[in-house]
Amino acid sequence: MKIAVCVKRVPDTEARIKVGADGKSIDESGVKFVLNPYDEFAVEAALKLKEAAGAGDVTVVSLGGDASQETIRTALAMGADRGVLLKVDGGTMDPLPIARALADELKAGGYDLVFCGKLAVDDSSHGTGVLVAELLELPVVSAVSHLTIANGKGTAEREIEGGVEVVEFELPAVVTTEKGLNEPRYPALKGIMMAKKKPLEVKPITLGAGGLEVESLAYPPERPAGRIVGEGPDAVPALLDALRTEAKVL
Amino acid sequence: MADILVVLEQRDGTIKRVGLEALAGGRALADKAGGAVHAMVLGPPGLKTDVAAAHGADVVVVTADEAVRLYQGNRYAAAVAARAQGGAYAAVLLGATALGKDLGPRIAARLGCPLAADVTALEYDTGIVVSRPVYSGKAVYRLRVTAPTCVITLRPNNFMPVEATRAGTVEPAALPVAGNRAARTVQVKEPERAALDVAEASIVVSGGRGLKDPEQFKLLEELAAAFGGSTAVGASRAVVDAGWRPHAEQVGQTGKTVSPNLYVAVGISGAIQHLAGMRTSKVIVAINKDKDAPIFKVADYGIVGDLFEVVPRLTAEVRKIRGN
Ligand SMILES: Cc1cc2nc3c(=O)[nH]c(=O)nc-3n(C[C@H](O)[C@H](O)[C@H](O)COP(=O)(O)OP(=O)(O)OC[C@H]3O[C@@H](n4cnc5c(N)ncnc54)[C@H](O)[C@@H]3O)c2cc1C
Ligand SMILES: Nc1ncnc2c1ncn2[C@@H]1O[C@H](COP(=O)(O)O)[C@@H](O)[C@H]1O
Repeated sequence: MKIAVCVKRVPDTEARIKVGADGKSIDESGVKFVLNPYDEFAVEAALKLKEAAGAGDVTVVSLGGDASQETIRTALAMGADRGVLLKVDGGTMDPLPIARALADELKAGGYDLVFCGKLAVDDSSHGTGVLVAELLELPVVSAVSHLTIANGKGTAEREIEGGVEVVEFELPAVVTTEKGLNEPRYPALKGIMMAKKKPLEVKPITLGAGGLEVESLAYPPERPAGRIVGEGPDAVPALLDALRTEAKVL
Repeated sequence: MADILVVLEQRDGTIKRVGLEALAGGRALADKAGGAVHAMVLGPPGLKTDVAAAHGADVVVVTADEAVRLYQGNRYAAAVAARAQGGAYAAVLLGATALGKDLGPRIAARLGCPLAADVTALEYDTGIVVSRPVYSGKAVYRLRVTAPTCVITLRPNNFMPVEATRAGTVEPAALPVAGNRAARTVQVKEPERAALDVAEASIVVSGGRGLKDPEQFKLLEELAAAFGGSTAVGASRAVVDAGWRPHAEQVGQTGKTVSPNLYVAVGISGAIQHLAGMRTSKVIVAINKDKDAPIFKVADYGIVGDLFEVVPRLTAEVRKIRGN
């Protein structure tokens, strides 16, 4: 089984986000970057399938600057076999050019499965994996929290509002991963050492122009300062009074 | 040529509220741009679509076919793309639900256009400008659409449905034939207790590790019942990971994003990843015994105290007001 996983380098969700001087991007200084949490589920899913089959090859693909090599190495340390960096300067807020570049890289790879995260926690475009699948004309199931693969077929479950959709498909296919699919492993020391020796190919590419232009990046509107209405159960009437007369939500 | 296409979502033949919210967003754009609003709905034969005309649709495109009784991403995408092909619309709008988040990028790929997901505000001057929370809600992008068309998914509860009666001329449209390589939804499993989804509720009562024990969530279920109507119980990741509550109830970065009229956080500390999922709620109430808990920084109203004393009292008082 040949599997590809798309991984993205993103700021740690704990990181404080500072808007840069240009007012259009974040100030990256001092920000810790990590492998996108949803992509950890994607890498883990690929490794599990390879292990269950007893054979296979897992390629991780990332599009980004040079620093994304570190992100690829994290996935290699988890156990992926090889990495490809589609090296770009800058980026775009339109996920289509990114998906096109990823699809171009993946299309000749002969992959049985391509995993992406459901969402990248930085720009949260929430669509790159599905875009890639559509561009490759492959079946896709998004936001998958349960997956079984056997005999060239897959069954996936995805949570919808008030229910769970059960979806069947044939390989090759694209799956985007939701929390709950698995418990991603931590890279062990041995894995980290081995990752240094695994092949990582760097391919400079040029991104197509997107159709979304950044006007501004700003902090969300401050919530008006709230107040403590009181302590203990005796504060309940004051709370309800505020909800009814001030906030008018009851 | 600044018409807007709004894809409505139906479940069991009923059009969902998010669709009416998207119609309101679409109507506002079209009115400024001098265009019409077309609604599109797919589902089994016998769909009732009157609400679309009552909420601002000039035209209602109806694809009624047994094959799309359940959501089939590939078939929906083919039908919407067939309608929107050739630059007929300045934008295709959908609710950012499980369906919308899956369908949006499928349509964008087929139209070769940008996708703006989980949008919280729409503006129009010489073109469309969207606002999207990014970095877990820690910042917001304003993005100008420079392409002739785009796909936009709208975060639920950010646009108020508006009653605006229009012609709503019904245009039937056939479902395009199925491609041979597609994933097929074969079943929708409903939970045993059909609870309202947190993302769709107008009041959410959420609990965290402060509840100490999964059994204690019945305190929150009672409070939710006292509020009545469109109220759902939510949870922090800590209690979902502990197996106390299902993942479907999780609010936050790796759970659902909610914007209810009222969000009550009980025994939740207010970690940044939790805030990512609820900070756009209209009114936030926090009940926590630690006066320094970060949740109080985003709360409009707080009670410092032991939830096991505060919540039963709150439930009793809400019952009196609401008569539930
Ligand atoms: C990548 C990533 C993604 C994440 N995604 C999410 C997410 O989607 N959603 C999410 O919620 N978290 C998420 N987290 C986890 C998050 O960081 C916190 O760990 C989690 O939200 C804490 O849950 P909690 O508030 O229930 O528990 P705690 O932080 O333990 O807080 C419990 C609170 O209860 C209060 N309390 C205790 N006893 C009482 C009492 N008797 N009366 C009143 N108050 C009491 C305490 O003062 C405390 O404030 C994520 C973390 C990471 C790293
Ligand atoms: N620059 C990138 N490089 C590699 N994979 C990416 C990139 N951007 C997005 N992806 C993949 O697409 C998923 C969804 O991202 P997004 O659509 O940006 O929310 C991510 O979890 C990744 O798997």
